[in-house]
Amino acid sequence: MDLKEKLISSFWAFENHLDEDSYLHPIRTDAIKRFEEKGFPSKKEEAWKYTSLNSVLKHDFSVFPKQENAIEYNDVKKYFIHDIDTYKIVFIDGKYSSHLSQTTHDGMDICLMSSALSKPKYRILIENYFNKIAEQESLTSLNTAFSSEGAYIHIPKNKMVAKPIQIIHFSTGNESAIMLQPRNLIVVDENSHVQIIERHQSLTDNQVLTNSVSEVFVNKRAIVDYYKIQNDNLNASLIDNTYIKQKQESICSVHTFSFGGKLTRNNLNFSQQGERINSTLKGVTIIGDKQHVDHNTLVHHVEPNCESHQDYKGIFGDSATGVFNGKIIVDKIAQKTNAFQSNKNILVSDKATINTKPQLEIFADDVKCSHGCTVGQLDESAMFYLRSRGIPEKEAKALLMYAFSNNVLNSVKIPEIKQRINKIIANKLGVNIGFDL
Amino acid sequence: MNKYTEDDLREELKTKEYEYGFYTDIKSDTFPVGLNEDIVRAISLKKEEPQWMTDWRLESYRAWEKMVEPEWANVHYAKPDFQAISYYSAPNSKPKYNSLDEVDPELLATFQKLGISLDEQKKLSGVAMDVVVDSVSVATTFKKTLAEKGIIFCSISEAIQEHPELVKKYIGTVVPQKDNFYAALNSAVFSDGSFCYIPKGVKCPMELSTYFRINQAGTGQFERTLVIADEGSYVSYLEGCTAPSRDENQLHAAVVELIALDNAEIKYSTVQNWYPGNSEGKGGVYNFVTKRGLCETNAKISWTQVETGSAVTWKYPSCVLKGDNSVGEFYSIAVTNNHQQADTGTKMVHLGKNTKSTIISKGISAGKSQNSYRGLVQVHARADNARNFSQCDSLLMGNDCGAHTFPYIEAKNKSARIEHEATTSKIGEDQIFYCNQRGIDTEKAIALIVNGFSKEVLNKLPMEFAVEAQKLLEISLEGSVG
Repeated sequence: MDLKEKLISSFWAFENHLDEDSYLHPIRTDAIKRFEEKGFPSKKEEAWKYTSLNSVLKHDFSVFPKQENAIEYNDVKKYFIHDIDTYKIVFIDGKYSSHLSQTTHDGMDICLMSSALSKPKYRILIENYFNKIAEQESLTSLNTAFSSEGAYIHIPKNKMVAKPIQIIHFSTGNESAIMLQPRNLIVVDENSHVQIIERHQSLTDNQVLTNSVSEVFVNKRAIVDYYKIQNDNLNASLIDNTYIKQKQESICSVHTFSFGGKLTRNNLNFSQQGERINSTLKGVTIIGDKQHVDHNTLVHHVEPNCESHQDYKGIFGDSATGVFNGKIIVDKIAQKTNAFQSNKNILVSDKATINTKPQLEIFADDVKCSHGCTVGQLDESAMFYLRSRGIPEKEAKALLMYAFSNNVLNSVKIPEIKQRINKIIANKLGVNIGFDL
Repeated sequence: MNKYTEDDLREELKTKEYEYGFYTDIKSDTFPVGLNEDIVRAISLKKEEPQWMTDWRLESYRAWEKMVEPEWANVHYAKPDFQAISYYSAPNSKPKYNSLDEVDPELLATFQKLGISLDEQKKLSGVAMDVVVDSVSVATTFKKTLAEKGIIFCSISEAIQEHPELVKKYIGTVVPQKDNFYAALNSAVFSDGSFCYIPKGVKCPMELSTYFRINQAGTGQFERTLVIADEGSYVSYLEGCTAPSRDENQLHAAVVELIALDNAEIKYSTVQNWYPGNSEGKGGVYNFVTKRGLCETNAKISWTQVETGSAVTWKYPSCVLKGDNSVGEFYSIAVTNNHQQADTGTKMVHLGKNTKSTIISKGISAGKSQNSYRGLVQVHARADNARNFSQCDSLLMGNDCGAHTFPYIEAKNKSARIEHEATTSKIGEDQIFYCNQRGIDTEKAIALIVNGFSKEVLNKLPMEFAVEAQKLLEISLEGSVG
């Protein structure tokens, strides 16, 4: 039985457990039908031209973990941004872990999807926001069908959330292969501000496939900073689908740091529904081995006077493959749009591959849109400059790579994240240059 | 003073009818409509081709039958009915002429109208012309001069008869029969085209050129061009097209193959001005062309194109940089107006070491047109030090048109250096203001700006052709090009 059949049959078993009268029942059944029809995406689809899921899908994933698994905080402390106080929503093998988490209902809701889906007081919000912007695409539909757990964050009007929120998914590897499908819903109302850090981490070398969907609503003048740290081990694969809808004058930035994992696919979709919106999409990818990272971004400019900035940097070693597929659509009425896209890559090994496809689709005439894309090497004269000042080759290379990815890190607003990323980069490059950039 | 604004320009563009829309009535020898193996055989028989050519055509036809029309391009159109097309039509007045006086006077008038009269060309520009009207060559000039140098420049049918060894060796090597739907169709039914062979070490003393036009109602045009530049030779080849106004859609599926052997250089320039359809988007030519060049060691192929016509264009002149140190270039201006749709660009495939490619693409969209750039830069694992620079700029006029960019970049070698940049803009008010302020009226200012925008590409055209290119640009964007 292949994974698709297994998922479909387990869906019906899963759905029968739940209340069939629930609001979600028709949404879930529609979603599984769409998945059944479309199946897993193949390389024949334009959006998946450079990324094949075959090597991942061949494993026999268990869809529902059998038991609850506890882990000690000290064992996993290093995966948290632990030097600052944060709200935490932690899941172990897809199940909520109350002793690792720190949630709140005090003036805002930072809690669980499962309780939001079941409790009547959240009903209106769920009806207004749940599955409203997630695409009808097959993997997202699959997640919708199985959506039961994840983070639920609702920040009401005029609220500045004092601490960042960490969403962490651990997989313990108690089963040889596990598939997780977390579903997050984040609603930020007018004038509010929130910072979110998301991480997926497996604790053993067993196979993990995560198919995550996040829906983020950024209402009028709200500010959302979203950081995704992807530094998983080499048997963990992640398909991360993020859908963001912005209202007028809101600001939203998503930083994606991809250093680990076997196969990582980031589908990041921005829809700008209002004027004077600012969207920022930035990413640093540093991978080696046979890793594969695919950034697939879409920014849809619907109304006038908006901005979007995309900046993705990648360094690819060994037999790694990098994919960037960015798309900007500017609708006819979205005049005075400023949309910029930049994708810069360095190949450090002969077996590494980079495929990049920065696309513009423009229907309005009074716009400033540009994209730039480069593939190259470290600058030899810069190398020489550093070497001539007594810096060993390895460190010199590391310095230049730091410098290369630095402007992405510049816009990170939480210093602790910046430090953490710097440490990960240093580890990745196998050097200790003794200072932060 | 009446101010000439962009709106006026737009209005003018909208109402501007195709100036070169005329129809020359020359008796044609036309086949019944439809396509099957018998038609393919009949075309081959008609052209008195050897058996290997007939087999080659049939093989292509069988492959084509199994293929489906591609749909990935960013264009929308009513699919042509391949069984409603006549696959062969030849002007009646044979045989070939020794002097212009013998040429059908009506045909000469056609050229006169286009401003490219043969005698004028002959006298002034020193261009040898292999004039193709509806698939069969009717005049070849300067053949003697070329023959002295050992250069073969003739129609492909003639080449099949007289130089079968060359044709057999090279045809289908760059664009295989099964390459794509339209290439397969062309391979099966191509009616005529040009053939050019430059021997070792010869620098072709003049620009070679052909003018194509579609002239018979309901006839598709399937040109096949094969240019071979032997080691160390050089040739500059020009191709230009205009087509008479017609209501039904016409299909043009050409194949052009260029082969540049070691140290050779080919410069291939195109000015394309097929009938684009009227301002409601009715009629117009479908232009589905496969153009590809192969570069051996130290060879260079340069494509320059000015695309102003056709209702639907689907065209990607490409370079396969097989030999070390080979160079590929692509310079393009694509102008779309009214309901025109263009999906054009290039492919640069870097296989050899130290290969270089440059892509400069300028898209100008006006009216309700859609203009897409689609390009592929591929660096294979063994292509050390490959270098690519791509730039695609789009200029939008008015708010009903669209500009799209789909660049694909695939790098598998760490020493590859690839740069791609694209911008989209309109004619800035500040730019116009700057010109006005210096006493240049708005019309001239727009002309200046558009000219400046496309200059990088226009400069690449050979002198003799630049005038023609300007003329054709004017039809599409009159009032904006000085």
